[in-house]
Amino acid sequence: MIKKFVKDVEDGVIKLPEFYDKVIKKCKAIDSKHNCFITINEDASKEKPKSGLLTGVPISVKDCICTKGIRSTAGSKILENYVPVFDATVISRLKEQGAIIIGKTAQDEFGFGSFSTNCAYEIPKNPFDTDRSCGGSSGGAGCITQLADFPHVALAESTGGSISNPAAFCGVYSITPTYGIVSRYGLIDYANSLDKIGLMSKNIEDLKMVFEIIVGKDKMDPTTVDYAPVKPDVKKIGIPKQYVKGLDKKIEKAFWDAIKKLEKKGIKFEEFDLAYTDEALPAYYIIAMAEASTNLAKYSGLRYGLQLPLQGNFEEYASTVREQGFGQEAKRRIILGTYTRMAGYRDQYYLKAMKIRTKIIDEFKKHFKKYDAIVSPTMPILPPKFKEIEKLTPLENYQMDILTVGPNVAGLPHLNIPIAESIGLHVIGNHMSENKLFKVGEIYGS
Amino acid sequence: MDIEHVSKIARLKLSEEEKKKFSKELEDILNYFKLIDKVDTKNVEPSFHAIKIKDVFREDNPEQCLNEKEVFKNAKEHEKGFFKSPRVV
Repeated sequence: MIKKFVKDVEDGVIKLPEFYDKVIKKCKAIDSKHNCFITINEDASKEKPKSGLLTGVPISVKDCICTKGIRSTAGSKILENYVPVFDATVISRLKEQGAIIIGKTAQDEFGFGSFSTNCAYEIPKNPFDTDRSCGGSSGGAGCITQLADFPHVALAESTGGSISNPAAFCGVYSITPTYGIVSRYGLIDYANSLDKIGLMSKNIEDLKMVFEIIVGKDKMDPTTVDYAPVKPDVKKIGIPKQYVKGLDKKIEKAFWDAIKKLEKKGIKFEEFDLAYTDEALPAYYIIAMAEASTNLAKYSGLRYGLQLPLQGNFEEYASTVREQGFGQEAKRRIILGTYTRMAGYRDQYYLKAMKIRTKIIDEFKKHFKKYDAIVSPTMPILPPKFKEIEKLTPLENYQMDILTVGPNVAGLPHLNIPIAESIGLHVIGNHMSENKLFKVGEIYGS
Repeated sequence: MDIEHVSKIARLKLSEEEKKKFSKELEDILNYFKLIDKVDTKNVEPSFHAIKIKDVFREDNPEQCLNEKEVFKNAKEHEKGFFKSPRVV
């Protein structure tokens, strides 16, 4: 646990340079087998951290979060040599408390994927079986969180489920916070109205502690709001019938065993009908792709990122840089996102999806009047083999997100609790009700 | 979908092979997107964010920002404090 580690560092029991020499060696050994990192911080043992709540605590950072002086590629070739000159707000806040970055974790390019296979670098491999996926898009974060045998917390990011999914597949805890309570300043955007920076850890206590450090308004991100915590009372949870049909048998059994365990500890449960579960998926992808296509417009080969010899006119130049720098899935999403925003189609797709989001939020809010949390399995399948993933069409890939897109579209906080190897319990709460989610996690683990 | 036209306005060159492959895949995805048509959204306001967001104002006072060296650190081509670009018009 972090608290004990920090005390040992402050008391001089643990010497950071020696500790970090070992940690970086371990990271390299894990990386050679599992490809969790895009960049490892070779200078970690030379860092002189501030004294605070996290003095000397190792953190890994998803590669789409900007780290001053450490390459940040977001999994894309177009940012292969990009070294930020500033820290994202979450990084500044963690450094302020003494945290040290061990490396930048592998991910799908800009977060575009559910299995971390759409990556311009090496593909991360599942901690339990290297023939299988870590999940995505924060696959590297999940993998190193499971395999690190030293105190560690991972910073990850979710747009449609990119924290919960790999946390489930890699068997670790994760929190995806309420939209807007963690600053996105310094995050390499995927979709602004959906992106949330969150955390993974091997235990709830560390997760909670670091969560409280990163939340809160930031003047550098005008979409941030103050975190207004609720009382951690949990009496009754609801299970959407639509989220527990057609599951893998192993997942079904683990899920109901977990529910029985919670019931024995005094939490009542009830099944209910949740509307718009089928429509949430296309609405999510329309919003995500439309916003992604505008965000990626900034990669034009001028100020940063891939740059070629300046030739021809600007249109040709930018189109060529983008052709060479973006991977297949990024290209697919740029084309689709651009199309759904075009004159004549905008109302039909983009605006309609935004209206459906209103209906989804209202639907969830209605049920939170009755339930302290809504639970389901995190993923409908077990981690697939890479050979199986190759055979999936893009549409089949998108459909893997069916259980995670609802809360993401609605900006609701969600927690993954590992309940069996590569199987997670997904606990979804109302806006700002992270405390209730942590409580469910504590009760489950008690 | 006129993929040629969309790729032009998205400033994204695609190979002939990509155009062919994407056309089929995108057609499937757009067909799937039709699912949203059956939701009645009459008189429903769009949610551009999941939570209520207010405009934020601040005093217009200069603060410390990146210096010139930092601003150009990731740019290959720059001159006299400007980014260089190929001809625009």
